[in-house]
Amino acid sequence: MGGGHLRRCMMLCCSSRAGQVKDKMATDSYEEAIAGLKDLLSKKGELGDVAAAKIKNLTAELEATAASNFDPVERVKTGFAQFKTEKFEKNPDLYGELAKGQSPKFMVFACSDSRVCPSHILDFQPGEAFMVRNIANMVPPYDQTKKYSGVGAAIEYAVLHLKVENILVIGHSCCGGIKGLMSIPEDGTTASDFIENWVKICMAAKSKVKNEYKDLEFAEQCKNCEKEAVNVSLGNLLTYPFVRAGVMNRTLSLKGAHYDFVNGSLEIWNLDFGVTASQSA
Amino acid sequence: MADQPSNVAAVAGGIKKLLREEEDLQGGEDQTTKTTTEVVDESPFDPIERIKEGFNHFKINEYDKYPEYFEKLKEGQSPKFLVFACSDSRVSPSRILNFKPGEAFMARNIANMVPAFNQVRYSGVGAIIEYSVGVLEVETILVIGHSKCGGIKALLDLPDDGAVSNDFVDDWVKIGLPAKAKVKAEFGDKCLDEQQMHLEKEAVNLSLLNLLSYPYVQEGVARRNLKLMGGYYDFIQGTFELWGFKLEVMPPLTI
Repeated sequence: MGGGHLRRCMMLCCSSRAGQVKDKMATDSYEEAIAGLKDLLSKKGELGDVAAAKIKNLTAELEATAASNFDPVERVKTGFAQFKTEKFEKNPDLYGELAKGQSPKFMVFACSDSRVCPSHILDFQPGEAFMVRNIANMVPPYDQTKKYSGVGAAIEYAVLHLKVENILVIGHSCCGGIKGLMSIPEDGTTASDFIENWVKICMAAKSKVKNEYKDLEFAEQCKNCEKEAVNVSLGNLLTYPFVRAGVMNRTLSLKGAHYDFVNGSLEIWNLDFGVTASQSA
Repeated sequence: MADQPSNVAAVAGGIKKLLREEEDLQGGEDQTTKTTTEVVDESPFDPIERIKEGFNHFKINEYDKYPEYFEKLKEGQSPKFLVFACSDSRVSPSRILNFKPGEAFMARNIANMVPAFNQVRYSGVGAIIEYSVGVLEVETILVIGHSKCGGIKALLDLPDDGAVSNDFVDDWVKIGLPAKAKVKAEFGDKCLDEQQMHLEKEAVNLSLLNLLSYPYVQEGVARRNLKLMGGYYDFIQGTFELWGFKLEVMPPLTI
Protein backbone atom coordinates (compact mmCIF):
# COMPACT_ATOMS: atom_id res chain seq x y z
CA MET A 1 0.00 0.00 0.00
CA GLY A 2 1.15 3.52 -0.66
CA GLY A 3 0.82 6.38 1.82
CA GLY A 4 -2.61 6.84 3.36
CA HIS A 5 -4.54 9.44 5.23
CA LEU A 6 -7.72 9.41 7.21
CA ARG A 7 -10.47 11.74 6.29
CA ARG A 8 -13.36 12.11 8.67
CA CYS A 9 -16.37 14.06 7.59
CA MET A 10 -18.66 15.41 10.31
CA MET A 11 -22.15 14.90 9.01
CA LEU A 12 -24.34 16.04 11.87
CA CYS A 13 -27.51 14.70 10.32
CA CYS A 14 -27.18 17.43 7.70
CA SER A 15 -28.26 15.82 4.47
CA SER A 16 -27.30 18.64 2.12
CA ARG A 17 -23.67 18.47 3.16
CA ALA A 18 -23.68 14.70 2.97
CA GLY A 19 -25.05 14.99 -0.56
CA GLN A 20 -22.28 17.34 -1.63
CA VAL A 21 -19.53 15.09 -0.30
CA LYS A 22 -21.09 12.07 -1.94
CA ASP A 23 -21.46 13.76 -5.34
CA LYS A 24 -17.88 14.95 -5.42
CA MET A 25 -16.55 11.50 -4.54
CA ALA A 26 -18.68 9.98 -7.28
CA THR A 27 -17.57 12.41 -10.00
CA ASP A 28 -13.85 11.92 -9.31
CA SER A 29 -13.87 8.14 -9.63
CA TYR A 30 -16.22 8.20 -12.65
CA GLU A 31 -13.96 10.57 -14.60
CA GLU A 32 -10.91 8.50 -13.79
CA ALA A 33 -12.64 5.36 -14.96
CA ILE A 34 -13.75 6.94 -18.25
CA ALA A 35 -10.26 8.30 -18.84
CA GLY A 36 -8.79 4.87 -18.26
CA LEU A 37 -11.22 3.28 -20.70
CA LYS A 38 -10.57 5.87 -23.42
CA ASP A 39 -6.88 5.32 -23.00
CA LEU A 40 -7.24 1.58 -23.44
CA LEU A 41 -9.48 1.89 -26.50
CA SER A 42 -7.11 4.31 -28.17
CA LYS A 43 -4.43 1.66 -27.92
CA LYS A 44 -6.61 -1.35 -28.71
CA GLY A 45 -9.21 -0.22 -31.24
CA GLU A 46 -10.37 -3.79 -31.84
CA LEU A 47 -12.02 -3.75 -28.41
CA GLY A 48 -14.46 -1.06 -29.55
CA ASP A 49 -17.46 -3.33 -30.23
CA VAL A 50 -17.03 -5.29 -27.02
CA ALA A 51 -16.73 -2.07 -25.06
CA ALA A 52 -19.87 -0.62 -26.67
CA ALA A 53 -21.93 -3.67 -25.72
CA LYS A 54 -20.66 -3.69 -22.15
CA ILE A 55 -21.26 0.03 -21.74
CA LYS A 56 -24.88 -0.41 -22.87
CA ASN A 57 -25.36 -3.16 -20.28
CA LEU A 58 -23.80 -1.07 -17.58
CA THR A 59 -26.00 1.91 -18.42
CA ALA A 60 -29.10 -0.24 -18.14
CA GLU A 61 -27.93 -1.67 -14.82
CA LEU A 62 -27.25 1.75 -13.39
CA GLU A 63 -30.63 3.02 -14.51
CA ALA A 64 -32.19 0.20 -12.53
CA THR A 65 -30.18 0.86 -9.39
CA ALA A 66 -30.75 4.61 -9.64
CA ALA A 67 -34.45 3.89 -9.36
CA SER A 68 -33.97 2.08 -6.04
CA ASN A 69 -31.13 3.98 -4.47
CA PHE A 70 -30.74 3.30 -0.77
CA ASP A 71 -29.26 6.08 1.32
CA PRO A 72 -28.06 4.78 4.70
CA VAL A 73 -27.69 8.29 6.11
CA GLU A 74 -31.33 9.07 5.35
CA ARG A 75 -32.41 5.74 6.81
CA VAL A 76 -30.59 6.46 10.10
CA LYS A 77 -31.88 10.04 10.24
CA THR A 78 -35.46 8.96 9.63
CA GLY A 79 -35.22 6.12 12.12
CA PHE A 80 -33.98 8.32 14.92
CA ALA A 81 -36.51 11.05 14.14
CA GLN A 82 -39.32 8.50 14.42
CA PHE A 83 -38.00 7.25 17.74
CA LYS A 84 -37.55 10.77 19.05
CA THR A 85 -41.07 11.98 18.25
CA GLU A 86 -43.02 8.78 18.87
CA LYS A 87 -41.23 7.48 21.93
CA PHE A 88 -38.58 9.69 23.51
CA GLU A 89 -40.59 12.88 23.66
CA LYS A 90 -43.81 11.12 24.57
CA ASN A 91 -42.41 9.32 27.63
CA PRO A 92 -40.32 11.92 29.47
CA ASP A 93 -40.73 10.17 32.83
CA LEU A 94 -39.40 6.87 31.56
CA TYR A 95 -36.52 8.39 29.62
CA GLY A 96 -35.76 10.76 32.47
CA GLU A 97 -35.34 7.78 34.81
CA LEU A 98 -33.30 5.86 32.27
CA ALA A 99 -30.95 8.80 31.83
CA LYS A 100 -29.97 8.39 35.47
CA GLY A 101 -29.25 4.69 35.28
CA GLN A 102 -30.39 1.27 34.16
CA SER A 103 -31.64 -1.66 36.20
CA PRO A 104 -32.63 -4.31 33.68
CA LYS A 105 -34.09 -7.53 35.04
CA PHE A 106 -32.83 -9.54 32.09
CA MET A 107 -29.56 -10.28 30.43
CA VAL A 108 -30.29 -11.73 26.99
CA PHE A 109 -28.04 -13.59 24.59
CA ALA A 110 -29.50 -13.52 21.09
CA CYS A 111 -28.11 -14.19 17.64
CA SER A 112 -26.83 -11.28 15.54
CA ASP A 113 -29.32 -12.36 12.85
CA SER A 114 -31.27 -9.31 11.68
CA ARG A 115 -34.58 -11.15 12.11
CA VAL A 116 -34.42 -12.04 15.79
CA CYS A 117 -33.87 -8.87 17.78
CA PRO A 118 -35.36 -9.36 21.26
CA SER A 119 -36.59 -5.77 21.22
CA HIS A 120 -39.03 -6.93 18.56
CA ILE A 121 -39.75 -10.57 19.27
CA LEU A 122 -40.05 -10.17 23.03
CA ASP A 123 -41.12 -6.51 22.90
CA PHE A 124 -38.36 -5.45 25.33
CA GLN A 125 -38.58 -1.74 26.05
CA PRO A 126 -35.58 0.50 26.80
CA GLY A 127 -34.22 -0.39 30.20
CA GLU A 128 -35.54 -3.95 30.35
CA ALA A 129 -32.84 -6.13 28.87
CA PHE A 130 -29.05 -6.01 28.79
CA MET A 131 -28.15 -7.59 25.48
CA VAL A 132 -25.34 -9.55 23.96
CA ARG A 133 -25.63 -10.39 20.27
CA ASN A 134 -23.19 -12.65 18.52
CA ILE A 135 -23.14 -15.44 15.93
CA ALA A 136 -25.52 -18.20 17.02
CA ASN A 137 -26.11 -16.67 20.47
CA MET A 138 -23.24 -18.60 22.02
CA VAL A 139 -21.86 -18.41 25.52
CA PRO A 140 -18.30 -19.73 25.63
CA PRO A 141 -17.03 -21.28 28.87
CA TYR A 142 -15.18 -19.27 31.50
CA ASP A 143 -11.60 -18.92 30.35
CA GLN A 144 -8.88 -17.43 32.51
CA THR A 145 -6.66 -16.80 29.53
CA LYS A 146 -9.25 -14.23 28.43
CA LYS A 147 -9.83 -15.92 25.13
CA TYR A 148 -13.46 -14.83 25.30
CA SER A 149 -13.19 -11.66 27.33
CA GLY A 150 -15.98 -10.02 25.33
CA VAL A 151 -18.65 -12.36 26.63
CA GLY A 152 -16.99 -12.58 30.05
CA ALA A 153 -17.08 -8.81 30.37
CA ALA A 154 -20.77 -8.65 29.52
CA ILE A 155 -21.68 -11.37 32.02
CA GLU A 156 -19.49 -9.86 34.72
CA TYR A 157 -21.03 -6.43 34.24
CA ALA A 158 -24.60 -7.70 34.10
CA VAL A 159 -24.36 -10.04 37.09
CA LEU A 160 -22.01 -8.18 39.44
CA HIS A 161 -22.73 -4.54 38.59
CA LEU A 162 -26.27 -4.43 37.25
CA LYS A 163 -27.40 -7.43 39.30
CA VAL A 164 -29.75 -8.79 36.66
CA GLU A 165 -32.11 -11.47 37.93
CA ASN A 166 -32.49 -13.56 34.79
CA ILE A 167 -30.17 -14.67 32.02
CA LEU A 168 -31.98 -15.79 28.89
CA VAL A 169 -30.29 -17.47 25.92
CA ILE A 170 -32.47 -17.48 22.79
CA GLY A 171 -31.75 -19.63 19.77
CA HIS A 172 -33.71 -19.42 16.54
CA SER A 173 -34.76 -21.24 13.40
CA CYS A 174 -32.62 -21.29 10.25
CA CYS A 175 -29.57 -20.15 12.19
CA GLY A 176 -26.63 -19.79 9.80
CA GLY A 177 -24.13 -20.24 12.60
CA ILE A 178 -25.65 -23.53 13.73
CA LYS A 179 -25.86 -24.71 10.14
CA GLY A 180 -22.18 -23.87 9.83
CA LEU A 181 -21.43 -25.91 12.95
CA MET A 182 -23.38 -28.88 11.61
CA SER A 183 -21.57 -28.56 8.27
CA ILE A 184 -18.03 -28.74 9.62
CA PRO A 185 -16.60 -31.90 8.03
CA GLU A 186 -15.75 -34.97 10.14
CA ASP A 187 -12.04 -34.37 9.79
CA GLY A 188 -12.47 -30.94 11.34
CA THR A 189 -11.02 -28.89 8.48
CA THR A 190 -12.30 -25.34 8.44
CA ALA A 191 -12.66 -22.96 5.56
CA SER A 192 -13.34 -19.74 7.44
CA ASP A 193 -11.09 -17.43 9.45
CA PHE A 194 -13.37 -17.06 12.43
CA ILE A 195 -16.87 -18.45 11.97
CA GLU A 196 -16.21 -22.15 12.32
CA ASN A 197 -13.81 -21.72 15.23
CA TRP A 198 -16.40 -19.61 17.00
CA VAL A 199 -19.34 -21.98 16.52
CA LYS A 200 -17.23 -24.91 17.70
CA ILE A 201 -18.01 -23.56 21.18
CA CYS A 202 -21.18 -25.67 20.92
CA MET A 203 -19.56 -28.74 19.38
CA ALA A 204 -21.05 -30.83 22.20
CA ALA A 205 -24.51 -30.00 20.87
CA LYS A 206 -23.55 -31.21 17.41
CA SER A 207 -22.21 -34.50 18.77
CA LYS A 208 -25.38 -35.08 20.75
CA VAL A 209 -27.61 -34.36 17.77
CA LYS A 210 -25.57 -36.51 15.39
CA ASN A 211 -25.84 -39.40 17.87
CA GLU A 212 -29.46 -39.09 18.95
CA TYR A 213 -31.06 -37.87 15.74
CA LYS A 214 -28.91 -39.54 13.11
CA ASP A 215 -31.98 -40.65 11.16
CA LEU A 216 -33.41 -37.17 10.75
CA GLU A 217 -32.95 -34.96 7.71
CA PHE A 218 -30.15 -32.39 7.92
CA ALA A 219 -32.59 -29.49 8.37
CA GLU A 220 -34.31 -31.25 11.27
CA GLN A 221 -30.94 -32.07 12.81
CA CYS A 222 -30.05 -28.39 12.58
CA LYS A 223 -33.26 -27.41 14.33
CA ASN A 224 -32.49 -29.79 17.18
CA CYS A 225 -28.95 -28.47 17.31
CA GLU A 226 -30.28 -24.91 17.63
CA LYS A 227 -32.00 -25.95 20.86
CA GLU A 228 -29.20 -28.19 22.15
CA ALA A 229 -26.70 -25.39 21.60
CA VAL A 230 -28.78 -23.17 23.89
CA ASN A 231 -28.43 -25.84 26.57
CA VAL A 232 -24.67 -26.01 26.02
CA SER A 233 -24.52 -22.23 26.44
CA LEU A 234 -26.60 -22.41 29.62
CA GLY A 235 -24.19 -25.01 30.96
CA ASN A 236 -21.26 -22.78 30.01
CA LEU A 237 -22.84 -19.92 31.94
CA LEU A 238 -22.47 -22.00 35.09
CA THR A 239 -18.71 -22.14 34.60
CA TYR A 240 -18.55 -18.45 35.53
CA PRO A 241 -18.08 -18.34 39.31
CA PHE A 242 -20.28 -15.29 39.76
CA VAL A 243 -23.08 -16.92 37.77
CA ARG A 244 -22.84 -20.12 39.75
CA ALA A 245 -22.93 -18.16 43.00
CA GLY A 246 -26.01 -16.24 41.85
CA VAL A 247 -27.83 -19.41 40.82
CA MET A 248 -26.98 -21.14 44.11
CA ASN A 249 -28.18 -18.11 46.08
CA ARG A 250 -31.35 -17.97 44.03
CA THR A 251 -30.65 -14.38 43.01
CA LEU A 252 -30.13 -15.45 39.43
CA SER A 253 -32.15 -17.74 37.18
CA LEU A 254 -31.12 -19.19 33.81
CA LYS A 255 -33.54 -19.77 30.97
CA GLY A 256 -33.36 -21.03 27.42
CA ALA A 257 -35.66 -20.27 24.50
CA HIS A 258 -36.05 -20.98 20.80
CA TYR A 259 -37.77 -18.61 18.39
CA ASP A 260 -39.15 -20.32 15.30
CA PHE A 261 -39.89 -17.65 12.74
CA VAL A 262 -41.07 -20.19 10.19
CA ASN A 263 -43.97 -21.28 12.36
CA GLY A 264 -44.23 -18.11 14.41
CA SER A 265 -43.74 -19.76 17.78
CA LEU A 266 -41.58 -19.46 20.86
CA GLU A 267 -40.50 -22.19 23.26
CA ILE A 268 -39.07 -21.34 26.65
CA TRP A 269 -37.58 -23.49 29.38
CA ASN A 270 -35.78 -23.16 32.72
CA LEU A 271 -32.42 -24.53 33.68
CA ASP A 272 -32.81 -26.05 37.09
CA PHE A 273 -29.63 -26.28 39.03
CA GLY A 274 -29.32 -26.82 42.70
CA VAL A 275 -27.54 -28.66 45.43
CA THR A 276 -29.45 -30.71 47.95
CA ALA A 277 -28.62 -30.65 51.63
CA SER A 278 -25.69 -32.89 52.33
CA GLN A 279 -26.05 -35.98 54.42
CA SER A 280 -23.50 -37.74 56.50
CA ALA A 281 -22.51 -41.14 55.24
CA MET B 1 -48.17 -3.29 26.38
CA ALA B 2 -45.89 -1.36 24.08
CA ASP B 3 -45.28 1.65 26.21
CA GLN B 4 -46.04 0.34 29.65
CA PRO B 5 -42.84 1.10 31.47
CA SER B 6 -41.66 -1.85 33.45
CA ASN B 7 -39.47 0.70 35.15
CA VAL B 8 -42.53 1.11 37.30
CA ALA B 9 -41.48 -2.31 38.52
CA ALA B 10 -37.92 -1.12 38.98
CA VAL B 11 -39.08 1.76 41.14
CA ALA B 12 -41.00 -0.63 43.39
CA GLY B 13 -38.19 -3.17 43.22
CA GLY B 14 -37.75 -3.73 46.92
CA ILE B 15 -41.43 -4.21 47.47
CA LYS B 16 -41.68 -6.62 44.58
CA LYS B 17 -38.93 -8.84 45.90
CA LEU B 18 -40.75 -9.03 49.18
CA LEU B 19 -43.98 -9.86 47.38
CA ARG B 20 -42.32 -12.63 45.43
CA GLU B 21 -41.07 -14.23 48.60
CA GLU B 22 -44.55 -13.92 50.08
CA GLU B 23 -46.05 -15.62 47.06
CA ASP B 24 -43.53 -18.44 47.22
CA LEU B 25 -44.54 -19.06 50.84
CA GLN B 26 -48.20 -19.08 49.91
CA GLY B 27 -47.47 -21.46 47.07
CA GLY B 28 -50.29 -20.19 44.91
CA GLU B 29 -51.29 -17.57 42.40
CA ASP B 30 -52.72 -15.27 45.03
CA GLN B 31 -52.46 -11.75 43.74
CA THR B 32 -53.34 -9.94 46.96
CA THR B 33 -50.72 -8.72 49.35
CA LYS B 34 -50.53 -8.91 53.08
CA THR B 35 -47.60 -6.73 53.83
CA THR B 36 -48.17 -3.37 52.21
CA THR B 37 -50.88 -1.41 50.52
CA GLU B 38 -48.58 0.96 48.67
CA VAL B 39 -47.96 -1.34 45.73
CA VAL B 40 -47.78 0.35 42.36
CA ASP B 41 -47.92 -2.89 40.37
CA GLU B 42 -50.27 -5.63 41.65
CA SER B 43 -48.41 -8.82 40.76
CA PRO B 44 -44.81 -9.80 41.53
CA PHE B 45 -42.46 -9.92 38.58
CA ASP B 46 -42.61 -13.23 36.74
CA PRO B 47 -39.95 -13.43 34.04
CA ILE B 48 -41.66 -16.28 32.22
CA GLU B 49 -44.92 -14.33 32.04
CA ARG B 50 -43.04 -11.26 30.90
CA ILE B 51 -41.45 -13.22 28.06
CA LYS B 52 -44.73 -14.83 27.02
CA GLU B 53 -46.53 -11.48 27.02
CA GLY B 54 -43.75 -9.89 25.03
CA PHE B 55 -43.78 -12.59 22.40
CA ASN B 56 -47.57 -12.52 22.12
CA HIS B 57 -47.49 -8.77 21.67
CA PHE B 58 -45.01 -9.20 18.82
CA LYS B 59 -46.98 -12.07 17.31
CA ILE B 60 -50.28 -10.19 17.26
CA ASN B 61 -49.04 -6.72 16.37
CA GLU B 62 -46.28 -7.55 13.93
CA TYR B 63 -45.82 -11.19 12.87
CA ASP B 64 -49.50 -11.96 12.17
CA LYS B 65 -50.24 -8.47 10.95
CA TYR B 66 -47.64 -8.40 8.17
CA PRO B 67 -47.51 -11.96 6.83
CA GLU B 68 -45.92 -11.09 3.47
CA TYR B 69 -43.10 -9.18 5.14
CA PHE B 70 -42.32 -12.05 7.47
CA GLU B 71 -42.79 -14.65 4.75
CA LYS B 72 -39.90 -13.09 2.85
CA LEU B 73 -37.71 -13.18 5.92
CA LYS B 74 -38.26 -16.92 6.32
CA GLU B 75 -36.39 -17.48 3.08
CA GLY B 76 -33.35 -15.53 4.16
CA GLN B 77 -31.99 -12.22 5.34
CA SER B 78 -30.31 -9.46 3.38
CA PRO B 79 -29.71 -6.70 5.89
CA LYS B 80 -28.15 -3.51 4.57
CA PHE B 81 -26.52 -2.69 7.90
CA LEU B 82 -24.09 -4.23 10.33
CA VAL B 83 -24.54 -2.34 13.58
CA PHE B 84 -22.27 -2.40 16.62
CA ALA B 85 -24.02 -1.12 19.72
CA CYS B 86 -23.43 -1.36 23.44
CA SER B 87 -25.13 -4.10 25.46
CA ASP B 88 -26.69 -1.32 27.57
CA SER B 89 -30.44 -1.94 27.93
CA ARG B 90 -31.22 1.63 26.91
CA VAL B 91 -29.61 1.75 23.49
CA SER B 92 -31.12 -1.00 21.35
CA PRO B 93 -30.78 0.15 17.73
CA SER B 94 -34.12 -1.52 16.97
CA ARG B 95 -35.62 1.09 19.27
CA ILE B 96 -33.54 4.21 18.81
CA LEU B 97 -33.14 3.92 15.05
CA ASN B 98 -36.36 2.03 14.50
CA PHE B 99 -34.73 -0.85 12.62
CA LYS B 100 -37.30 -3.44 11.57
CA PRO B 101 -36.68 -7.21 11.43
CA GLY B 102 -34.36 -7.95 8.54
CA GLU B 103 -32.75 -4.52 8.32
CA ALA B 104 -29.73 -4.71 10.57
CA PHE B 105 -27.32 -7.48 11.54
CA MET B 106 -26.35 -6.69 15.10
CA ALA B 107 -23.36 -7.02 17.33
CA ARG B 108 -23.82 -5.98 20.95
CA ASN B 109 -21.04 -6.00 23.50
CA ILE B 110 -19.67 -3.88 26.34
CA ALA B 111 -18.96 -0.38 25.05
CA ASN B 112 -19.66 -1.32 21.42
CA MET B 113 -16.04 -2.20 20.79
CA VAL B 114 -14.47 -3.55 17.61
CA PRO B 115 -11.03 -5.00 18.37
CA ALA B 116 -8.48 -5.38 15.60
CA PHE B 117 -8.29 -8.68 13.70
CA ASN B 118 -7.13 -11.38 16.11
CA GLN B 119 -8.05 -15.01 15.58
CA VAL B 120 -6.99 -16.09 19.03
CA ARG B 121 -8.43 -13.41 21.31
CA TYR B 122 -11.35 -11.92 19.44
CA SER B 123 -13.01 -14.69 17.47
CA GLY B 124 -16.49 -13.54 18.48
CA VAL B 125 -16.28 -10.16 16.79
CA GLY B 126 -14.30 -11.68 13.92
CA ALA B 127 -17.06 -14.18 13.21
CA ILE B 128 -19.68 -11.43 13.17
CA ILE B 129 -17.70 -9.32 10.71
CA GLU B 130 -16.70 -12.29 8.56
CA TYR B 131 -20.33 -13.39 8.23
CA SER B 132 -22.06 -10.06 7.78
CA VAL B 133 -19.49 -8.43 5.52
CA GLY B 134 -17.98 -11.44 3.77
CA VAL B 135 -21.10 -13.60 3.37
CA LEU B 136 -24.18 -11.37 3.70
CA GLU B 137 -22.35 -8.41 2.11
CA VAL B 138 -23.97 -5.65 4.14
CA GLU B 139 -23.59 -2.19 2.58
CA THR B 140 -22.93 -0.11 5.68
CA ILE B 141 -21.22 -0.71 9.02
CA LEU B 142 -22.42 1.59 11.78
CA VAL B 143 -20.74 1.73 15.19
CA ILE B 144 -22.87 3.54 17.79
CA GLY B 145 -21.50 4.88 21.06
CA HIS B 146 -23.67 6.40 23.76
CA SER B 147 -23.75 8.68 26.78
CA LYS B 148 -23.03 7.42 30.31
CA CYS B 149 -21.44 4.24 29.02
CA GLY B 150 -20.34 2.05 31.94
CA GLY B 151 -17.73 0.29 29.83
CA ILE B 152 -16.14 3.54 28.72
CA LYS B 153 -16.17 4.72 32.33
CA ALA B 154 -14.31 1.56 33.30
CA LEU B 155 -11.76 2.33 30.58
CA LEU B 156 -11.36 5.87 31.86
CA ASP B 157 -10.99 4.60 35.43
CA LEU B 158 -8.31 2.03 34.56
CA PRO B 159 -5.33 2.93 36.71
CA ASP B 160 -2.12 3.70 34.87
CA ASP B 161 -0.20 1.13 36.85
CA GLY B 162 -2.16 -1.66 35.20
CA ALA B 163 -3.93 -2.81 38.37
CA VAL B 164 -7.21 -4.57 37.64
CA SER B 165 -10.39 -4.58 39.70
CA ASN B 166 -12.87 -6.00 37.20
CA ASP B 167 -11.55 -9.24 35.87
CA PHE B 168 -13.17 -9.38 32.45
CA VAL B 169 -14.52 -5.88 31.95
CA ASP B 170 -11.11 -4.28 32.42
CA ASP B 171 -9.47 -6.76 30.08
CA TRP B 172 -12.08 -6.14 27.39
CA VAL B 173 -12.16 -2.35 27.52
CA LYS B 174 -8.39 -2.20 27.17
CA ILE B 175 -9.16 -2.45 23.46
CA GLY B 176 -9.91 1.26 23.77
CA LEU B 177 -6.60 2.34 25.31
CA PRO B 178 -5.38 4.19 22.21
CA ALA B 179 -8.56 6.26 22.25
CA LYS B 180 -8.04 6.98 25.95
CA ALA B 181 -4.51 8.20 25.29
CA LYS B 182 -5.81 10.57 22.64
CA VAL B 183 -8.54 11.94 24.88
CA LYS B 184 -6.16 12.39 27.82
CA ALA B 185 -3.76 14.28 25.57
CA GLU B 186 -6.42 16.65 24.23
CA PHE B 187 -8.83 16.96 27.16
CA GLY B 188 -6.86 15.78 30.17
CA ASP B 189 -7.56 19.03 32.00
CA LYS B 190 -11.35 18.79 31.70
CA CYS B 191 -13.65 17.22 34.27
CA LEU B 192 -14.09 13.45 34.15
CA ASP B 193 -17.65 13.63 32.81
CA GLU B 194 -16.49 15.61 29.83
CA GLN B 195 -13.51 13.34 29.27
CA GLN B 196 -15.88 10.39 29.31
CA MET B 197 -18.06 11.95 26.63
CA HIS B 198 -15.06 12.55 24.38
CA LEU B 199 -13.85 9.02 25.01
CA GLU B 200 -17.26 7.57 24.13
CA LYS B 201 -16.92 9.18 20.70
CA GLU B 202 -13.19 8.60 20.23
CA ALA B 203 -13.65 4.91 21.00
CA VAL B 204 -16.13 4.73 18.12
CA ASN B 205 -13.49 6.17 15.78
CA LEU B 206 -10.97 3.65 17.05
CA SER B 207 -13.45 0.85 16.38
CA LEU B 208 -14.03 2.15 12.85
CA LEU B 209 -10.30 2.12 12.29
CA ASN B 210 -10.01 -1.40 13.68
CA LEU B 211 -12.69 -2.53 11.24
CA LEU B 212 -10.23 -1.88 8.45
CA SER B 213 -7.90 -4.54 9.84
CA TYR B 214 -10.36 -7.18 8.58
CA PRO B 215 -9.73 -8.26 4.96
CA TYR B 216 -13.47 -8.58 4.21
CA VAL B 217 -13.93 -4.94 5.24
CA GLN B 218 -10.95 -3.78 3.20
CA GLU B 219 -12.27 -5.60 0.22
CA GLY B 220 -15.77 -4.28 0.74
CA VAL B 221 -14.53 -0.72 0.93
CA ALA B 222 -12.29 -1.10 -2.12
CA ARG B 223 -14.59 -3.10 -4.39
CA ARG B 224 -18.20 -2.41 -3.52
CA ASN B 225 -18.31 0.90 -1.72
CA LEU B 226 -18.87 -0.53 1.77
CA LYS B 227 -19.50 2.48 4.01
CA LEU B 228 -18.24 2.96 7.55
CA MET B 229 -20.16 5.27 9.85
CA GLY B 230 -19.93 6.33 13.45
CA GLY B 231 -22.84 7.36 15.64
CA TYR B 232 -23.36 8.76 19.14
CA TYR B 233 -26.65 8.52 21.02
CA ASP B 234 -27.01 10.96 23.88
CA PHE B 235 -30.01 9.78 25.86
CA ILE B 236 -29.87 12.72 28.23
CA GLN B 237 -30.20 15.35 25.51
CA GLY B 238 -32.17 13.09 23.20
CA THR B 239 -29.82 13.59 20.25
CA PHE B 240 -28.07 11.43 17.71
CA GLU B 241 -24.85 12.38 15.90
CA LEU B 242 -23.80 10.60 12.75
CA TRP B 243 -20.54 10.82 10.86
CA GLY B 244 -18.75 9.10 8.01
CA PHE B 245 -15.32 7.53 8.05
CA LYS B 246 -13.12 7.19 5.04
CA LEU B 247 -9.65 5.86 4.50
CA GLU B 248 -8.04 6.91 1.28
CA VAL B 249 -4.97 5.25 -0.11
CA MET B 250 -2.91 7.52 -2.33
CA PRO B 251 -0.90 5.95 -5.16
CA PRO B 252 2.68 5.40 -4.04
CA LEU B 253 5.31 7.95 -4.97
CA THR B 254 8.62 6.69 -6.25
CA ILE B 255 11.30 8.42 -4.28
